[in-house]
Amino acid sequence: MSKKTLFDKVWDAHVVDVVQDGPQVLYIDKHLIHEVTSPQAFNELEDRGIPVFRPDQIVATADHNTPTLNQHLPIKDELSRKQLEQLSENCNKNGITIYELGHKYNGIVHVMAPELGITQPGMTMVCGDSHTSTHGAFGAIAFGIGTSQVAQVFASQCLLLAKPKRLRVSVNGKLKGGVLPKDVILYIISKLGTNSGTGYFCEYAGDVFENMSMEGRMTVCNMSIEMGARGGMIAPDETTFNYVKDRKFAPQGEDFDRKVAYWKTLPTDEGAQFDKEYFFDAEDIEPMVTYGTNPGMGIKITENIPTKNDASFNKSLEYMNFEAGESLINKPINFVFIGSCTNSRIEDFRVAAKYIKGKQKANNVTAWLVPGSKQVEAQIIQEGLKTIFDNAGFELRQPGCSACLAMNDDKIPQGEYCVSTSNRNFEGRQGQGSRTILASPLVAAATAVAGQIIDITKEVEQLELV
Amino acid sequence: MEKFTTLTSKAVPLNIANVDTDQIIPARFLKATDKKGFGDNVFRDWRFDKNGEPNADFTLNNSNYSGSILVAGDNFGCGSSREHAAWALVGYGFKVIVSSFFADIFKGNALNNGVLPIQVSKGFLSTLIDTIESNPETELEVNLEAQTISISGLAKSEGFEIDPYKKTCIINGYDDIDYLLSKKLQIEAFEAEKTY
Repeated sequence: MSKKTLFDKVWDAHVVDVVQDGPQVLYIDKHLIHEVTSPQAFNELEDRGIPVFRPDQIVATADHNTPTLNQHLPIKDELSRKQLEQLSENCNKNGITIYELGHKYNGIVHVMAPELGITQPGMTMVCGDSHTSTHGAFGAIAFGIGTSQVAQVFASQCLLLAKPKRLRVSVNGKLKGGVLPKDVILYIISKLGTNSGTGYFCEYAGDVFENMSMEGRMTVCNMSIEMGARGGMIAPDETTFNYVKDRKFAPQGEDFDRKVAYWKTLPTDEGAQFDKEYFFDAEDIEPMVTYGTNPGMGIKITENIPTKNDASFNKSLEYMNFEAGESLINKPINFVFIGSCTNSRIEDFRVAAKYIKGKQKANNVTAWLVPGSKQVEAQIIQEGLKTIFDNAGFELRQPGCSACLAMNDDKIPQGEYCVSTSNRNFEGRQGQGSRTILASPLVAAATAVAGQIIDITKEVEQLELV
Repeated sequence: MEKFTTLTSKAVPLNIANVDTDQIIPARFLKATDKKGFGDNVFRDWRFDKNGEPNADFTLNNSNYSGSILVAGDNFGCGSSREHAAWALVGYGFKVIVSSFFADIFKGNALNNGVLPIQVSKGFLSTLIDTIESNPETELEVNLEAQTISISGLAKSEGFEIDPYKKTCIINGYDDIDYLLSKKLQIEAFEAEKTY
């Protein structure tokens, strides 16, 4: 029997049919939806008189367009309120489970689904959101789709797709202190660029990922799309099974054991072929920051911005108001955001709290901490992290996508820098004219305390943070 | 979906690499629940300054340029999966986007809205941009059946690839839902037999 990759095994198990000289019909196990990219798909079906085929395989949450303060009050912005009402109405009409704003399971779609056990190894999952790649951390094929495709899945629980090629990125060795999963993926993207993964599904392999927690793996897979890959995957192992076990929608008892036996067959066979492979050493990775307007424009925090003779590169530096060749250390920063589907899970807040404990936020900084879900929020309070944040002058807000995308009320003002744990530093991503510097929760916390970017590598050894 | 076979049109050059969908349509315009009106805000923050005044340097505000073909830099449409970006480009009047590379999700979204993403070589892209910039009256001819794009009046042409299934869809104005619904029985059989 031919040797197969993790991606091949999951994909091939879901092929319903192959169009001659064309795409394949891929069966989708779980479809996650939210308020922004689903309304036009529901309209499409209604206009054409097509029913939702498998409503019990769809789960909805409200996250992008939601306020992170006073969630118990009616939403002030009329368009936002209507969009959320439309989602609830569409779900209720079609028998789809929805966790509305304020529900104990509400949260960012890529945080709440894994924590409820909706995400499981070997599944195919889609959502009208490019960061659906997050769920690949479980060894699932998970990817973002457009609204036309949301309508296709509503209608048929399938998609027509050309099978992507296979890419593997291996990182081996021991990570240095203070280097978090976010730094690993920012490092990889800085080396490979924003389109090296286009047309591929990326498997992350090597002991760095094997030794990572599920939350760390989710951070890594989340940003696969930032190098162009539709999805990222990590082989399921005991860490995965232990995470999934006993969660609300996870298989229970003997059913779970049967699933685990199947999940254990999924990892890539020894000697299976990839279309493209990259290898990195863990020891080369340091805490990272971005300096430009795409996630590939990243450097080690101790490095200087490179010099390039390229119009798009120069346009990007001009937007950021940075000079080629300069260092970001000591740059004053007035905004810090810890949140988003990349870094809003409990481990992200633990690492931030550990650094912040006993310190004070700098006076010039507005520091927002936005949990990824109601459950993460509850855990922050239960573990006493909120007290640490309150005492240090950080503002813990309510769950949602928040300042990652400048769609809701949480926006970074014109011209301001924000050190952000989110995933995109595009022009205006966090608000018109805002300037985003992507970093880990540790770098973000340290920036908030110092009021400027500091060389965290000098501090981490005493701190024993990671 | 509108049918597409051939198009002869002037073109608008956008010589910037890595144009992301946040630039094509910023998130604050994603609150609508229908597909209308996004064209008014296409490239909003490049077209207008912070006071809402048109930015004279931006290509769409250059009255020399017109037409329903956008010729853009490498890696067009990266970032967010928002199909609103495709709706915004269609709404503004673009029918063809030419680039040396397209991000996956955008490419699919464009095809699902009858907008043809044409991938050309880096060399041909430079030729196109240079030719249009030096003569904005230049017309491009797109022939989907023959899978060619050429510069009218010049012996400069290049072939492009497209999935044969998608080509049939665009030429006939079909979409994937029609096809998938025709497979309903097979899908149900798959559900009954799946082993994972």
